[in-house]
Amino acid sequence: MNRTNRIGHIAVYVLLAAGGVVCLFPFLWMVRTAFTDMGQLFLNPPRFIPDTFRPDNFKEALTSNPFGRYFLNSFIVTSLSIAGVLASSSLCAYSFSRIQWKGRDRIFGLLMTGLMLPFFVVMIPQFIGWKLLGLTDTFVPLVAPAWFGGGMFNIFLLRQFFLSIPREMDEAAKMDGAGHWRTYARIIVPMSSQAMIVVGVLTFLASWNDYLAPVIFITSEKNYTLMLGLTLFQGSYSAQWQLMMAATTVVVLPSLLIYLVAQRYLVEGVVMTGVKG
Amino acid sequence: MDTNPEFTAGYRPKLRRSQKRRERKELLAGLMFASPVLLGFLIFVLGPIVCTLLFSFTEYNIASTPKWVGLDNYAHLFRGKDAFFYPAVKATFVYVFVSVPLGIAFSLAVALLLNANIKGRAFFRGVFYLPVIIPLAASSMVWMWLLQPDFGIVNYVLGVLHLPTSPWLSSDETVLPTLILFSVWLTGNTIVIFLAGLQNIPSHLYEAIEVDGGTLLHKMVYITLPMSSPIIFFNTVIAFINAFQTFVQPAVMTQGGPNNASLLYVYYLFQEAFKFSRFGSASASAFLLFIVVMLVTGILFRFSKSLVYYEGQDHRT
Repeated sequence: MNRTNRIGHIAVYVLLAAGGVVCLFPFLWMVRTAFTDMGQLFLNPPRFIPDTFRPDNFKEALTSNPFGRYFLNSFIVTSLSIAGVLASSSLCAYSFSRIQWKGRDRIFGLLMTGLMLPFFVVMIPQFIGWKLLGLTDTFVPLVAPAWFGGGMFNIFLLRQFFLSIPREMDEAAKMDGAGHWRTYARIIVPMSSQAMIVVGVLTFLASWNDYLAPVIFITSEKNYTLMLGLTLFQGSYSAQWQLMMAATTVVVLPSLLIYLVAQRYLVEGVVMTGVKG
Repeated sequence: MDTNPEFTAGYRPKLRRSQKRRERKELLAGLMFASPVLLGFLIFVLGPIVCTLLFSFTEYNIASTPKWVGLDNYAHLFRGKDAFFYPAVKATFVYVFVSVPLGIAFSLAVALLLNANIKGRAFFRGVFYLPVIIPLAASSMVWMWLLQPDFGIVNYVLGVLHLPTSPWLSSDETVLPTLILFSVWLTGNTIVIFLAGLQNIPSHLYEAIEVDGGTLLHKMVYITLPMSSPIIFFNTVIAFINAFQTFVQPAVMTQGGPNNASLLYVYYLFQEAFKFSRFGSASASAFLLFIVVMLVTGILFRFSKSLVYYEGQDHRT
């Protein structure tokens, strides 16, 4: 019994380690390739640690295309999205958790069904709408949805959190003559900084990593986000993997850093929506 | 309530009026606070769905005004006049109905391993979640390099281990299985949710089985699976909806090829609309996607009634 237990225990570690390698290795190989000389790229057998490190790949890759511009564009779009999502989803979540109004829960349920709707179903009318307004090839279509509720997923997440704040807090504020606005701004939001961080991080990743919306709405290169810039780069340097991996490494870095810093919050957020949903 | 009838008779209308006024005030406040999402739902969801349906009955490219053609677009698609429609449908069904069960089984297995009594659980969980937070366009590119048939590291390692190598993304026979494997690599989200669900199962249930001399298999069949069935269901629905919308992989890695073998539906839809400017026909395809996703979700919900076990009313305590 004890022996089989121990073997089982070791097997668990071995399997997890194997899975972990599959998850991590691609990124190690990406970084390794990014530092490799073109000549070492196609060696057989490949060297896991290259003989010569070539940091110039980064310089070459990043100066070949206006990556600074792409970076700035992504930064603007992401910042505006985060601001919009935090403001609008918290307002809506407040309404759906702290204000008692007729039909509230039924409307909330209806809105939640929107989560199941594939974006591709509404993509064409959205594009035509922005086109008619003359706003395609601007950041407006990328940012606007964030300011209109910021997605039911985020509202749901914040609502769950708001519901866990004791009612007495509102009632005490009401006694002091605070209306909904003040209760929202002075009590509920400050008490929910944890959940707001989760929503902020999720929005950062969604917006920074997004490929689909930019590919639909952005046409001119000066408005490209990083993801579009990366795929444009792929088109012109398809066989020069060392340059492509250098560019990819740089593009991946912000998401990776945010993840390392905010991992705890992120996992909590995912768990909150999954298990309690 | 035994309150004095005279007292309530005189009091009630007043109370009702003030209560009504308060209710109205609350309703107004509620709508005000929720107005972003209410407007957003109209502008970005409801309105566009109706428009998609309307456009699907027209011939429309962005330069011309829409021309009403009735059901022509649908007839065109179903009769196979559009050379890409059926290949896209076929590739998508294979992709969705293989990748979802595979992904669910895989992520549940990993979650079970993580739920074992091990050290470094948080570390492993972080590692398995990593692929999810990397931009998909970027990880697609990294895998293109890893899977490069001649110089890619994956084929090299397989060769060293005397295992068969594969052309991966560059052959029409292996491209779809490769994308399915890639989708399994991306299941970190599901793993994390499964793990949280498993950790919520009260340990006294397992202890009860142990007392009765049950084995690991008994625990699995009588406790773990029934107790996590709501989460399995939740994850399955989400996975289906997401799988139907797989776009970045074909767009970045394969452009639907070779031989349309990886022409996933939404990528086909995207090309119809933005490459060929056939907005009417693309709207018909989009509306069909809407119907299929609704159908699949509906069937899953119907199915779930007999398969999903919900504990008593207060199972969320």
